[in-house]
Amino acid sequence: MDFLSNHLLSVILFFPVFVALVIWFLPKEEETLIRWTAFIGSLVPFALTLVVWFSFDQSMSSVFQFEENYIWYETINSNFHIGVDGISLSMVLLTTLLTPLAILASFSVKDKIKPYMMLFLFLEMGMLGVFLAMDLLIFFVFWEIGLVPMYFLINQWGSKNRNYASLKFMIYTVGGSLGLLLAIQLLGVLFGTYDIAAVTEGWTALSGTTMGMDVDTVKNITFWAFVVAFAIKVPVWPFHTWLPDAHTEAPTAGSMILAGVLLKLGAYGFIRLVLPLYPEQSAHFAGWLAFLAVMAIVFGAFGAYGQWDFKRLVAYSSVNHMGFVLLGIAAAAKAYGTANAHIAMNGAILQMFNHGLSAAGMFFLVGVIYERTHTRDLRKFGGLFPLVPIYGGILIFTSMASLGLPGLNGFVSEFLVVRGAWGELAGYTAAGMLGLLFTGAYILKGVKNVLHGPMNEEWAHGEHKLTEINTREIVVMVPLMVLMLVLGIAPAWLLSVINNAVTALF
Amino acid sequence: MTFPILSVIIFSPLVAALIILLMPADRKTEIRVAALVTATFALILSLWVYLSYDQAAAGYQFIEKYSWMPQFGISLHLGVDGISTPLVLLTGVVMFTGVIISWGIEDRPREFFAFLFLLASGVFGVFVALDLFMLFFFYEIAVFPMYLLIAIWGWVKTREYAAMKLTLYLFIGSVIALVGALAMYFESGMGTFNMLTLETANFSPEFQKIWFLPVFMGFAVLGGIWPFHNWSPDGHVAAPTAVSMFHAGVLMKLGAFAALRVGIMLLPVGAKEWSWLIFAFATVNVVYGAFIAMTQTDLKYMIGFSSVSHMGLVVLGFSTLTADGMTGAGVQMFSHGVMTALFFAATGMIYDRAHTRHIPELGGMMKPLPWVGTAFIVGGLVSMGMPGFSGFVAEFPIFMGVWQVTPWVAILAVISIVITAAYIMLAIRRTFFGEMPAAFEGHITPIKAIDKIALVLLAGLMIGLGMFPSIMVPMVATGVENVLRILGGA
Repeated sequence: MDFLSNHLLSVILFFPVFVALVIWFLPKEEETLIRWTAFIGSLVPFALTLVVWFSFDQSMSSVFQFEENYIWYETINSNFHIGVDGISLSMVLLTTLLTPLAILASFSVKDKIKPYMMLFLFLEMGMLGVFLAMDLLIFFVFWEIGLVPMYFLINQWGSKNRNYASLKFMIYTVGGSLGLLLAIQLLGVLFGTYDIAAVTEGWTALSGTTMGMDVDTVKNITFWAFVVAFAIKVPVWPFHTWLPDAHTEAPTAGSMILAGVLLKLGAYGFIRLVLPLYPEQSAHFAGWLAFLAVMAIVFGAFGAYGQWDFKRLVAYSSVNHMGFVLLGIAAAAKAYGTANAHIAMNGAILQMFNHGLSAAGMFFLVGVIYERTHTRDLRKFGGLFPLVPIYGGILIFTSMASLGLPGLNGFVSEFLVVRGAWGELAGYTAAGMLGLLFTGAYILKGVKNVLHGPMNEEWAHGEHKLTEINTREIVVMVPLMVLMLVLGIAPAWLLSVINNAVTALF
Repeated sequence: MTFPILSVIIFSPLVAALIILLMPADRKTEIRVAALVTATFALILSLWVYLSYDQAAAGYQFIEKYSWMPQFGISLHLGVDGISTPLVLLTGVVMFTGVIISWGIEDRPREFFAFLFLLASGVFGVFVALDLFMLFFFYEIAVFPMYLLIAIWGWVKTREYAAMKLTLYLFIGSVIALVGALAMYFESGMGTFNMLTLETANFSPEFQKIWFLPVFMGFAVLGGIWPFHNWSPDGHVAAPTAVSMFHAGVLMKLGAFAALRVGIMLLPVGAKEWSWLIFAFATVNVVYGAFIAMTQTDLKYMIGFSSVSHMGLVVLGFSTLTADGMTGAGVQMFSHGVMTALFFAATGMIYDRAHTRHIPELGGMMKPLPWVGTAFIVGGLVSMGMPGFSGFVAEFPIFMGVWQVTPWVAILAVISIVITAAYIMLAIRRTFFGEMPAAFEGHITPIKAIDKIALVLLAGLMIGLGMFPSIMVPMVATGVENVLRILGGA
């Protein structure tokens, strides 16, 4: 047990790989065995995350805890250094919670289950590594590694246009991270270390000239290199165009993880790297970031409203919701060190968590109905509520959480973002609020076209008769719905962990 | 006297080649077994050298010196340092896997393996030679069998053309370098070809400035440097699988290695004078090679041009003359060698079954050939510099070195990463996924168990190095330290 308690984070990080290797040696005909191995295997990191959560010292949540540090790449002085603070812990919890649910959601996958489950577990490792990394190079390593399983999940288990979508996803993200790669190399060359804390200290203090250029110029350029890499992942308008394609083509569970966790990596990059490394640039360009955020909110909402493909609608809603995250980050950057900054940042991080829950839920529900009808065209549904009352109830509940109905989770975080941003970026916030209006519109459009109106008789009788959501699918939704409700009514348990870190850091 | 391990490594393939030539031509199985035993022996010995190299002591180790032609100051002087030790291991690995992959050769296997071992012997010789004359001697020994191997066992359509082109290019390059070497011999007035002695010759700056370029470029031709690279993809395509593996995996390293050993280490002032030009050429290699690779529809041509791009990174790293850049370049030589060996092995397995390498005609190979597909994907990820694989471990320090010299070139060269990602992912998808053409139905037989050993060994090395860079990088760094000492003293 000593080993476990001393290496809790690395066990959480690498246990999925271990499970994947176990699955590798299982015969591929044993489909049930493979599914359950993957599911139970992915519950272990979740259980261990709970252990970390409850033994985490919340009063010290701005300090990295459960740190582990090993020599990795000695020659360039990069160490395998991992740890959690309040911000990353909440993201780790989100990841380890959503992965088992996504795997459970994939029990209906029939094709090539073995590689599918292995890729999912590798994906979990990649995402966790980004949240845990305390070394820039390790951060980048995991940042890139996560792409590979996602590419293959879309490319192999996606729908019709998957080749286009997966390559677009890959090229966009690899291309976007080139700037990040170069900026990380530059920092490494300058400071001879990749430790995030040490680099931050040296970089913020640096002035004069470096590399034959004015430090401020270099900082401005690399600031945008970081911003573009993370903005593509979030995704922020106008870098969002890969997202609807990737989502539309990805398998259901792939979309759940993509929206639930992968997008958070981008926002996490802003919080963990961009703001601490570039406090001045962030404050200076906060207006631009807020502008991009508002564009994402407004255009995301319009984009979603314009869709007739249910999944694309939900995909654009991610652009819309993640816009609020960036708005909160922009406000925090502008107001650095004030109460407004703390409120906005709290809101942004909570919104990341909440969007993880609601987006994963929404994508799963789209998947549930798609599996039965083999269509996602909203015009082909209609009036399904009487046929599938339980599904309908769950869909409305989740939609309302996504819409930001008070009492459910989305409201709390969006309110915090707006409350924090209002004092700093009133104009942008106001425009964003108008965007929120359209959030209501597209969500109601989705709900109305699926559940209400005249019933499409095709689904009522015969071989296409729509079947109710089954127990397994309800089990996937229950934890998400419980959390949506709990976070809507009593968010303090999560917020206090985040808040202690945020007030100390920003 | 200790066991003369380096000379055993060099000469055992040579002896084995002679023994194999004496075996009756129709005893094909025995010939193959003899070849495999020899290759395994070489692999074990090179692994032994690698594992027992003392990193703390650094410098040249396992030194052997036998006088050969004392009148001219030529001796069989062998030794390895931190840069050449990984390359010796690489040669052992490629030789072992190359023999495995060539198991199915039906056309005169006796001569094939004999020439292949002659080639291996020459390659080992260059990596461990500490005598300038011996270095040239082994260099030519390595180039000559390539001609026969390609011209006799190569791809019918282009083998004569490619063999001729390759040999002429390499001979011209080495002759130019040889002239430079002779100039050094006479200029030094020391009457020796011993490179360790010549390092201390203190050639005048004027002499170094004149002779650095011919010597460096003469060798770098074999490293595939732009604009003298175009023999290389042609050679790759025409060569039989194992020879392609040797060619891209090891032979191109020979050029880069000799350019470092003779060019940079003996003429350090010249290196400093001209590094900007080499740097510029290498940058073209990296970016241009990637773009050309993207346009290829033949798998082997694609890999051939990607080699040009990746070897450009090696030369780029050397030409930065910084610790990071040169260390990265040293690791990249190993990483790229293993990677291309894997690529060509996988391509060969596909070609043997589908009888085409034209990417648009392929498809759905993952189902009948899952091992080949997985190995190819691992190679692809290495090629695009994906973290967690050896390519990243090698390329990252190279770029750090470039930052220290000319930052904007790092920005330019990094474009090659996204280009590589694009063509590799496309090639993987078109070759291994999608629908398999009906014509292949039933023709794609599974690979043999022995082939799996080769694929797993190659893929495992890349993953292992990618996850644990400390198993190799510090060793290369000790070798680079020595190079920097010479550069600093000049």
